[in-house]
Amino acid sequence: MSRAARALAVAAGVAFGTALIVYYIVSYLTVSPPVVAATGSKPRVHLTLQTVASFGNPPHPDWVSYLARDPHGKWVHSTVLRVPAYSTVDVTIYQFDTATGLRNPFWGQPRGTIGGTINVDGKTFNVLNPDLASHTFAISDLGVSVPLKGVADNAKNQCSVAPCTLSEAHTTVTFSFKTGKPGKLRWQCFVPCAFGFPLGFGGPMQSIGWMDGYLMVQ
Amino acid sequence: MTTIAGEPVPRHGVRIFAIWLVLTAIAVPLIVLVLGPHLPPPHMTVESVDQRNANIVMTALLVPIALLVLVYFIYSFVFFRETTDAIVDGPPIKGHAGAQLLWIVLTSTIVLALAVWGSYTLIAGAHGAGGGQGPDPAAKPTGYQHALPVQVIGQQWEWTFRYPTYGGIETRDLAIPEHTLVAFHVTSLDVTHSFWAYELGVKADAVPGVDNIAYVNPRHTGLFQIRCAELCGLWHGHMSKKGRILASSAFQAWISAAQKKNASIVKYLPKYSRVYYPAPLRRAG
Repeated sequence: MSRAARALAVAAGVAFGTALIVYYIVSYLTVSPPVVAATGSKPRVHLTLQTVASFGNPPHPDWVSYLARDPHGKWVHSTVLRVPAYSTVDVTIYQFDTATGLRNPFWGQPRGTIGGTINVDGKTFNVLNPDLASHTFAISDLGVSVPLKGVADNAKNQCSVAPCTLSEAHTTVTFSFKTGKPGKLRWQCFVPCAFGFPLGFGGPMQSIGWMDGYLMVQ
Repeated sequence: MTTIAGEPVPRHGVRIFAIWLVLTAIAVPLIVLVLGPHLPPPHMTVESVDQRNANIVMTALLVPIALLVLVYFIYSFVFFRETTDAIVDGPPIKGHAGAQLLWIVLTSTIVLALAVWGSYTLIAGAHGAGGGQGPDPAAKPTGYQHALPVQVIGQQWEWTFRYPTYGGIETRDLAIPEHTLVAFHVTSLDVTHSFWAYELGVKADAVPGVDNIAYVNPRHTGLFQIRCAELCGLWHGHMSKKGRILASSAFQAWISAAQKKNASIVKYLPKYSRVYYPAPLRRAG
């Protein structure tokens, strides 16, 4: 092989390696779950979410996760939610996971909701026994924190693959909160619910699109 | 002028010393009197004032040393610059026992004096340090037995606060009364966080299973920033909020309101404990 050919081969290899690295970095930085808009219009909109014990699909079939329902009624694997500013947001969360209890029982009290209460399967609560909680829905910047009651361990017809349907065992949690000025707010679950990770705080608990997300207030 | 090999040479050492002395005489008072009051941290607590005073002293001591290096460097750059292409050895450098001795004595004195002064203000001072000292602090302030205990609980990704002398209530907000010694008991429920209230002069790691104590004595009312200073996961950068120093009467009103607001959850909270790790540790997933 001539000297020129060798140089060309080396240059091609370097270019290929560089392209792979750039592709990886750009993909990492730009990948994001799709934005799911609330239904309805300002000043009152509706968000519908569900929590599942295991997503049941690639890339992490055994990860716990939230899903959001888009305005067309389709369940989307996303936690990036869009709501209007200075509005009332009515939230319905279908909770398909079993109770695991709260690491900090303090989060058993609903906060930041209108009236300081939540509705669980038709009953109004101003506090939930922390041992009965499965997850929380919390927007710290708005002071919103809502415990989500878990499904009984011995419930029949438990869901194992997302999206779950209402024919499967679940609890229904509803509440409302108000948004303020436009901004990008984070929200999260406060239960260390990442099964298989040290103390339950890895994997889905550290990942946007699973148990953490953004509330795009626009 | 001195002479080297018969050639007259300026007394560079005297020149450098004179320039350094003039600059130091100007810079040090400026640092103490003009820059000093603006050095961090602010003066919201007795401890933060102590820390700022320490910063002033350290800066005032460091500047003459920095100036000496800079003056020597610039002087050499100007006066010892070789302007021709000729490569010629300079005059031989000989040891100078007096200069060496002076250097050793001077630097040793500065370092030891700072060590003694720092240890005295930390241990024998009456204020505490403001930093986390672990579960058995060495630098206890006067009257520490009567300090208001406030537990700071770090968790991914939020701070909550317990007031054991007010029924053990837990809150999302931090308020403390002015002119009252406060003992922060900092701990964590999961990973290591760090409770950093910059304006208070407080920085204490929140470690699972550890009661890390820091004392502060608030001097006046106002807002202060709370941050996490230990990389703790996805939302580490969002783990911040405002705390408040309130007048005594306002604090009493605030704590009463907090007791009512959080009354429904109190019965579910674990009994107040210095740490909550590893128990209660529920299953994850």
